[in-house]
Amino acid sequence: MEAIFEFFFTYREAIFIIVLSIFLGIEVISNVPAVLHTPLMSGANAIHGVVIIGAIIVMGHADNTLAIILGFLAVVLGTLNVVGGFVVTDRMLEMFNKKKKKQ
Amino acid sequence: MDKVFQLTQNISFTLGDALLELIYVIASVLFIIGLKMLSSPKSAKKGNLWAAVGMVMAIIATITLHVDKEGQAIGNIPLILVAIAVGTVIGWAIAVKVKMTAMPQLVSFFNGMGGASAALISLMEFPHLAHGAATAAMGTGEVLAILLGLMIGSVSFAGSMVAFGKLDGKVGDIRAPFLRVVNLIFLIVLIGFIVYIMLQGNVVPQDMMPVIYIMLAISLIYGISFVMPIGGADMPVVISLLNSFTGVAAAMGGFLYDNQAMLTGGILVGSAGTILTILMCRAMNRSLMNVIIGSFGGGGAAASSEGGTVKEISLSDAAVLLNYSSKVYVIPGYGLAVAQAQHLVNEMSKLLEANGVEVKFGIHSVAGRMPGHMNVLLAEADVPYEKLIEEKDASEEMASTDVAVVIGANDVVNPAALDDPSSPIYGMPIIKAGSAKNVIVMKRGMGKGYAAIENNLFYADNTRMLFGNAKDSIQKLIEEIKAL
Repeated sequence: MEAIFEFFFTYREAIFIIVLSIFLGIEVISNVPAVLHTPLMSGANAIHGVVIIGAIIVMGHADNTLAIILGFLAVVLGTLNVVGGFVVTDRMLEMFNKKKKKQ
Repeated sequence: MDKVFQLTQNISFTLGDALLELIYVIASVLFIIGLKMLSSPKSAKKGNLWAAVGMVMAIIATITLHVDKEGQAIGNIPLILVAIAVGTVIGWAIAVKVKMTAMPQLVSFFNGMGGASAALISLMEFPHLAHGAATAAMGTGEVLAILLGLMIGSVSFAGSMVAFGKLDGKVGDIRAPFLRVVNLIFLIVLIGFIVYIMLQGNVVPQDMMPVIYIMLAISLIYGISFVMPIGGADMPVVISLLNSFTGVAAAMGGFLYDNQAMLTGGILVGSAGTILTILMCRAMNRSLMNVIIGSFGGGGAAASSEGGTVKEISLSDAAVLLNYSSKVYVIPGYGLAVAQAQHLVNEMSKLLEANGVEVKFGIHSVAGRMPGHMNVLLAEADVPYEKLIEEKDASEEMASTDVAVVIGANDVVNPAALDDPSSPIYGMPIIKAGSAKNVIVMKRGMGKGYAAIENNLFYADNTRMLFGNAKDSIQKLIEEIKAL
């Protein structure tokens, strides 16, 4: 029990951010029309590409060949997630815009 | 005053650190604003751009400003830039080239990449836990974050790849009931691994690596067996769920590095993704558990197959019927996407309009493989936005419609949702195609929809079937109408 309290106290700031972010995430998208479900999912998909920051950090401190190879791979995959995610979302939304112009 | 000096001296503080944190705050705000704007049609495109700007800022700031706990700046910068360049070129090329109909697969693919990246980070950080010392304590939040990142990231990666394969038609469904039990065992085993590792006390991290690799392997297998039994039609929900998994995996990285941009970004996607998943399930009138456990499909007692006779219609009759109607409603489904017939449908509707027929499209929000799938598909074919009518309004207009043309849709027009309480889709809003004066159903055969239940609409008196690939049928219909 004490260990749990200690854990909580050590990481209180992160836990605070996590709890608030959960509510924020729920609040931000709770009024989305069904038409936008797919682009929103795709946009959120791009945002979790933020994992690339971790990949850069780990690659930035890699000191042996294996670590460099894995780090390189992590950065490439993270970039794929970010770039692919945002470009695909943009392409999807392009479709909606095109429609509006024709009206 | 001396006290203040003492305090500031104890905090190692550089301008770079402050700037980095400031940029992370701005990036987090941009993610939140971006996500908010993405949930409204007018601002969606800008929202996506803002989020992207936030991401670019965070990446550049990390490369140039980040220092670790030992005060070391980012090394290997040329290699990092090469990796980013490679990822950008490949990601951009794939995202631009792929057809709109393959979008769902693509989202799943990119999601898997993020998951894999998170898992790799964990894999590399675990041996570094000792921070130069001989041993490291295992019962810390750091270890928990690494292990959860490894597990969730791998599950998300493997699951996304299976979902990708399923949507691409490369992977079939395995609907074995024992998989449910197997999956539960996998989950328990994985949690067991985490507890086991964390209870090790002080150990040399490298010595634990075999256990870590076994855990990685089990996570990957679990990801596969988690998605395997879920039907192809439920893939959007699964992708959305895996999307939120990857968000949580990214947040674990944020926890590990004490990086607030990763933490907020990841958790934001984790919670927004979960809500989105639930909203998608609700649109289909099902619960998330129901989707995951996969009690859907396979029929059972619910499928009241009273059968009856199916009446076919010839192409020329269909052409005449359409051409001399005053109002036609097209109700598309996944069959339209599979047949890639969206451009032909638009051509047909223009042709009919030139002949004085009012043509509208009844769009069910969950028709196709992703919510909004039909909107995107028809938009690609330049069908005007104002012609796309949502299921509720479309249903109301059905009574005044002469012909409802159902193209490759099934469950979204199944009257069982209205009148058969024992049906698995009972309660789901449908487009009441049956109340139109005539119904033409274009289908490849008498196969059932994804819910695998009978559709009595096909046996109704006012329904005529037009069998064949939607693209061929519409092509021939266009010729017939032109010939009239």
